[in-house]
Amino acid sequence: MNRARILLAIATAGLATPAFAASDITTVMGPGGVTLRSVTVDLPQSDREFPGADAAAINNNCLTCHSAGMVLRQPPFPREKWAEIVNKMIQTYKAPIDAGDVPAIVDYLAKR
Amino acid sequence: MDQSHRVPMIGRRGFIAGAAALGALHHPTGALGAMARDADEAVFTTAFPQKGRMILQRTRPPLLETPFEVFDQGVYTPNDRFFVRWHWAGIPEQVDVATFTLTVHGHVDRPLTLGLGELLAMPRIEYAAVNQCSGNSRSLFSPRVGGAQWRHGAMGNARWVGVPLKAVLDRAGVKAGAVAIRARGLDEPVVPDAPAFAKSLAIDHARDGEVMIAFQMNGEQLPLLNGFPLRLVVPGWYSTYWVKMLSDIEVLAAPDDQYWTKMAYRIPDTPHASVAPGQAGYAQVPINRMVPRSFITNLVDGAQVAAGKPLALRGLAFGGDQGVAKVEVSADGGGTWRQAQLAQDEGRYSFRQWHLAAPGPTAGPVRLMARCTNTAGETQPLEANWNPNGFMRNVVETTTLTAA
Repeated sequence: MNRARILLAIATAGLATPAFAASDITTVMGPGGVTLRSVTVDLPQSDREFPGADAAAINNNCLTCHSAGMVLRQPPFPREKWAEIVNKMIQTYKAPIDAGDVPAIVDYLAKR
Repeated sequence: MDQSHRVPMIGRRGFIAGAAALGALHHPTGALGAMARDADEAVFTTAFPQKGRMILQRTRPPLLETPFEVFDQGVYTPNDRFFVRWHWAGIPEQVDVATFTLTVHGHVDRPLTLGLGELLAMPRIEYAAVNQCSGNSRSLFSPRVGGAQWRHGAMGNARWVGVPLKAVLDRAGVKAGAVAIRARGLDEPVVPDAPAFAKSLAIDHARDGEVMIAFQMNGEQLPLLNGFPLRLVVPGWYSTYWVKMLSDIEVLAAPDDQYWTKMAYRIPDTPHASVAPGQAGYAQVPINRMVPRSFITNLVDGAQVAAGKPLALRGLAFGGDQGVAKVEVSADGGGTWRQAQLAQDEGRYSFRQWHLAAPGPTAGPVRLMARCTNTAGETQPLEANWNPNGFMRNVVETTTLTAA
């Protein structure tokens, strides 16, 4: 599946690892009592999928880069506008969407 | 969404938030049924690290909006309620202060790699400044436009402490012929070959002595989601330039030709960045300085007030890239205006609180408006701007109440 392939690419590219190796020193201090402390957080992930029987294409292709919430909050747009947005995701943001899935994704978005 | 809960909206202009605390609020009959679309419901979340209760626009990469009632609680926006906006989901979940570095390179005499200790040892500056998303209030555009459907909560005001960008650039020695700096953070795209987020500023702007590499926000280190450990602060300019997790500054000898400056975040080169829907063929420029705005914060759309009883109004204003000269309030839909009393001046780039005791309204609908004029004499327009990206809204906002 497309998603699985991308997630593997992310993992092998090392993006899931910290940008800087952890050390034992957890604070840096400066004059005037300014102290910066190392931070580790867990960012929440979303398990929300696009709803509906016709959502397979959008779920398989679009959740790699972003969760569904913002898309589902968009105002209604005509099909041509959605086609333009999906095309921008592919051309500009390099979304690895299978060309054969594009019509189904655009249809889904235009029908909402 | 197991970590959040839904609260129905009262309408597109305002929402019932903390309805118990604002006892005056009233549901107009039928409005909830008419507004049942996802876009008109606020989803609140407390699931994000170092953040309190926020409006969830998107989980990944996070888009978190400040609930409007926070703006009524003071002139500074608390760090744990400050809005969050990331472009790519490759956000480090761990930042080690001992090994983090800021690199300065490109068209310089001495490329630098600075640790946080070295930055903290440099002379500091401090000021209050509003950080506002280019698309703040986008959901109010008519006709509506695509993008994050923010209401008014993609803005906040904080006291920032840091080092002037100029001092760091001077240490690296900017070479003659430099035209811009390009700033990057630690965030990464999650797909190969996609454009990593980076923004550039003209070299003279970068060296104006005010643009700051900030390491403190409201007296504390920045929350990770607001850019810990370092964030560029570009006072008076939209948030897109305030690069988070700032780790790389490249001095450029030619204009920035990368996507995020050359193609993205552009506005029509017209008054108020406004064009007619469907219009084409106009010149565009990168979004830049902010423009004045003001908000009534203690009453929201749909509130019910007593007829004939004086109305105590308060709110926030900011002048964009200038200070606030005056705030005027109309209680009759823009027919007549009264000047509000300005609270303490926290600086040119800060929110400024204002107060006004308005005469008691007569029974029926009441249309309240607040209008800011900045110290350069620029006043908010009465007509909303429109552009396809939903940028730079600063029309005089209207709050509609019912007096009974």
